[in-house]
Amino acid sequence: MTATGSGTVPNPTSAPEGPVRLFAAGADAGYSAHRETYGHLEIVKGGPGLRAELERSGLEGRGGAGFSTARKIDAARQSVSDRMFPASAVVIANGAEGEPRSIKDSTLLRHSPHLVIDGLLATAALVGASRMYLYSSPESLGALRSALAERRDTRRITLVQAKETFISGEASAVVNAIENGIALPTDRTVRLTTSGLRARPTLVHNVETLAHVALIARFGGDWFRSEGVGGDAGTRLVTVSGAGQRERVLEVPGDARISDILEAAGVSTSVVSAVLVGGYHGTWIPADDLSVVLSKAALAPYGGRPGAGVLFLLARDECGLQVTASITRYLAEESAGQCGPCLYGLDALATLMERIASGRGDHGLRREAERLGLSLIGRGSCHHPDGTAGLVQSALSAFASDVEAHLTGRCRRTARV
Amino acid sequence: MSEALWAFGRVSGAMSLLFFTASVVLGIITRSGRPLPGLPRFSISLIHRNIAILASVFLVLHVVTLILDPFAHLRIIDTFVPFLGSFKPFWQGLGTVAFDLILAIVITSLFRRWLGARLFTAVHWFTYAMWPIAVVHSIGNGTNGTNKWFLLFVVICGVSVVSASIWRVSGRFLEVAEARAGRAR
Amino acid sequence: MSAAKKSTSVLHIDWTKCDGRGLCAELVPDLLGRDQWGYPIALKGSPSARSDIPLPSQRMDAATDAVRLCPVLALKIVRAS
Ligand code: SF4
Ligand code: SF4
Repeated sequence: MTATGSGTVPNPTSAPEGPVRLFAAGADAGYSAHRETYGHLEIVKGGPGLRAELERSGLEGRGGAGFSTARKIDAARQSVSDRMFPASAVVIANGAEGEPRSIKDSTLLRHSPHLVIDGLLATAALVGASRMYLYSSPESLGALRSALAERRDTRRITLVQAKETFISGEASAVVNAIENGIALPTDRTVRLTTSGLRARPTLVHNVETLAHVALIARFGGDWFRSEGVGGDAGTRLVTVSGAGQRERVLEVPGDARISDILEAAGVSTSVVSAVLVGGYHGTWIPADDLSVVLSKAALAPYGGRPGAGVLFLLARDECGLQVTASITRYLAEESAGQCGPCLYGLDALATLMERIASGRGDHGLRREAERLGLSLIGRGSCHHPDGTAGLVQSALSAFASDVEAHLTGRCRRTARV
Repeated sequence: MSEALWAFGRVSGAMSLLFFTASVVLGIITRSGRPLPGLPRFSISLIHRNIAILASVFLVLHVVTLILDPFAHLRIIDTFVPFLGSFKPFWQGLGTVAFDLILAIVITSLFRRWLGARLFTAVHWFTYAMWPIAVVHSIGNGTNGTNKWFLLFVVICGVSVVSASIWRVSGRFLEVAEARAGRAR
Repeated sequence: MSAAKKSTSVLHIDWTKCDGRGLCAELVPDLLGRDQWGYPIALKGSPSARSDIPLPSQRMDAATDAVRLCPVLALKIVRAS
């Protein structure tokens, strides 16, 4: 199965089989190991080939929002062609990874930087972009700098260091950081694909998304779909952490069950009482439900989504409410403080969660936390309030019986010690 | 004729000071975010603006009549460049400074939607310099500047603006001060 | 066209600017309330449309006043394409 058409040139190397795709070239893969494994990717400007393969692949963004990659590229191309005064597009590879429980992007950038670079070049060629940026956390800069130096087609890629804050990876914050050196989200009335960096049509793609693009450009959309299912085609990177486990990154098929992923990570589900899925803006899934598939469709009933692929484990002897309270406090501290409801609302929400978790309170607290959380949704320049409110809401329902126990004065977990 | 100009020049100056005082106080109330009994916030904001416009009109009349008045020895350049005047150049110069500041404040207010909130706010701060300069000018330059009635008028204006300003910098100034306490912005 | 009756404009709130002074909530009280810190909150519609509040055409004038009077220029009317 190879991609055909003018987007890419058919590739002689055989496609990776099984779910290990992004790391098939081995640890710390240099440019030669990369090309031996995946073959050389001839970048051809424009053309419907890659565009059609991306559509066929059903690839969705791996940064958190999970938006269709083909749609996003279409929007940028549309904006380029709609303009009265021509402006070429900009493509940004986003490796900021502000999510504290995720290391999949830095792991990818360390071991497979050339896939990300290939994906960046191929996407730029597809939308006719003249400038490319690699926005990366400080720890990955070294690996990227040497990877860029290894090849000659990277002259138009600029490496930019990301701030290590939770929201530094938010798309408008990425653009703001590159343009003005300020890693804060900006108020928007038009999409970045319409007007982003220096008012150009701008594509901000997560680095994992771009690595998948590099493989789809080589082996085609049908190959991509040979793992995973439906809207969750292909593979995704997940980071498993918490409950005393060493942080681990795994590449899993899009239809993998959470319990299977934990097993593959060497975690016995018997030590786990719940899993926070997606990241700090994510959703708690109780131990009884861990057979659920880590996919958009399967998580929807829980109000969750795979997000950035974070699986954060809660140990049996940990209190989910206390953990949620401290995450909420962290998120409140990480508010950029630009938007009133985020600045004041998250602080108040964290205080409420702390009071519920401390076991000093009454039933009014839970209702107040629910009401406040709901009132914050949609009232910020980014989704930080929404995500934080979602986390609290999910904790209140996943740990409903714990909430009950706390409000009647005792924590069922930590009190046992 | 010139007697009338002279008289009108003085009265319009005093009117201008009165209306600017009212506008400053209303502006401070607007900034607090609080409504007044029977006056919603947007009304205070509108009255603040309209009174400031009225004050500016009187200010222009004040300046124009004194340019027309041969006794005042006021040239057009003196309305823009301070301290060049032949009659009490220092006191008159203060008036010129205040006039220039008002010009800047009014222009940035009228065009704030194009200039942006940042410049508008920054220039609006000049008000706190403009108002006392205007008061000193009125006392030092005015023919009745040291007249008892005029001084009483100035004292009333001064007490209003000073007490509003003290309220302005107090901790409970904002309507939402209590709710927002503890989180810096 | 009767379908055109439905307004496609929204009142956009720039949260990075809004200081919660509450003038807008007075001018379009049917669309906006205030939270405990004074910031506006849409009274109707889905939570995800709280930064871009759909404007019924008969509220257009009031919303325009709110845009003009917001002391920090945090509001604008965006005509959806
Ligand atoms: S919602 Fe919060 S995190 Fe997002 S831009 Fe506003 S203040 Fe910053
Ligand atoms: S009038 Fe402006 S500053 Fe005041 S609450 Fe409305 S949007 Fe915010």
